[in-house]
Formats: sequence, structure tokens, C-alpha cells
Amino acid sequence: MAVKIPELKKMGVQVLSMSTDSRFVHKIWQAEELSKMVEGGVPYPMLSDAGGKIGELYGVYDSEGGVDVRGRFLIDPDGVIQAMEMLTPPVGRNVAELVRQVQAYQLVRETKGAEVTPSGWQPGRPTLKVGPHLVGKVWEVWKPDLAF
Amino acid sequence: MSEEVVGCVQSAKGPLQSQPAPSKAESQIMDKEVKMPVARVGQEAPDFEASAYVDGGFKNIKLSDYRGQWVVLCFYPGDFTFV
Repeated sequence: MAVKIPELKKMGVQVLSMSTDSRFVHKIWQAEELSKMVEGGVPYPMLSDAGGKIGELYGVYDSEGGVDVRGRFLIDPDGVIQAMEMLTPPVGRNVAELVRQVQAYQLVRETKGAEVTPSGWQPGRPTLKVGPHLVGKVWEVWKPDLAF
Repeated sequence: MSEEVVGCVQSAKGPLQSQPAPSKAESQIMDKEVKMPVARVGQEAPDFEASAYVDGGFKNIKLSDYRGQWVVLCFYPGDFTFV
């Protein structure tokens, strides 16, 4: 994630990380480990979710383990959640997919929803221009192999 | 930079809910109906305040501080695991 920050920053995205660890533990983790993985350490605010109260609000708090599971929320400039992903702890995220989703949601927002991104869309691939004319005609402008 | 003292950061408020306190009559009816808002797509992200380690210092951060920007909020099980 930290490695992709310059790219995300260019896209106007602020990353916030959050776990039930205290801010003091975040500091030591940054000093002891993260700064050795990423030059200068991770460049985003590391938030503390004391007691999992915020995690509960977001539906990611595992009260048995006392931890927040891997939940990721993409929030637009109006404060609306556009996308979320939840994973149990053993599997890490795919940041490339996050970047793709940001690109897609930003495009949709720029066109005020006139254009939408079909399955597997990547920048440069055709979008769909929504409207009554498209109903039953998607096959003319989009083929399943564009999803891969 | 401001001269703000960060020796002991004020404790963060956690979830911020702007629900007005219900009147007595209302609260009796609503007792069982009041639910925690849970995050959903297409809905406003629940606001919160959390203490944070940022740029080598400590401060409290609200989600609403970032209104007007795209935000990615990532939860993870614990420090010293992978993110």
C-alpha cells in the first residue's frame, strides 16, 4: 500500500490505516519495521481504534479476537462509501484492484454518472454510456472478453 | 508549525454520532429501535475521531477532516502483521 501512495496521492486519495493498537505501538512499528520496508516509513496517518468501537461501526470488529479484520472502504469527496472489501486476516489485499476501483469511480463521478464501467474495466477500455438506447444493446458495444 | 503541546493527546472520541438526544417520551418508544449505524455502500461513512500517529507525532483525526477528498480507510488486525 505504502509503495502505491505516490500514485494514489496523484489521484487525490488520502489513505488512513486503522487497527486496535495504540498510537504508541504504531510509532514503534514504524520505527522498528515499516521504515525498513519503505524509505521514510509509511506516509499516511496510522489511526488507533481503541476498543474496536470504530471497527464495530464499520462492521469489521471481531470481538472474539479483539481485532479489526481487513476491511477497506473507499469514500468519495461527499463522504459517501462507494466500495468496500472485507477479508479475514490470513489473506492480504490487492492494492492494484483498489487503484482500479478509484480510477473507475473517479471516471463515473467526472461524467456525473453518464458513463459507467463494465466488468473488468481498465483505464483506456470502453465505458458504457447509460440510457434507454443501451437496453438490450450492450452486446453491440461490449464483449465478455473485455472483462479480462 | 504551531506550538501546540502534544505531550498527552486528548483522548479521541471514537464514533461521532450527531443524533440529537431524544426527548423522554421519544426515548421510551425508541429504546429498542436505536441502532448503531453500520457502514454500507451508497451511504454516508460514519464519522469518528481517532488518535493517530502521523508525520512523527501524535494527533487526533476525524474522518470528516477529509471531506472533499477521496479517502481509503483500511482496517487491519494488528501492527507487525502485513497490511
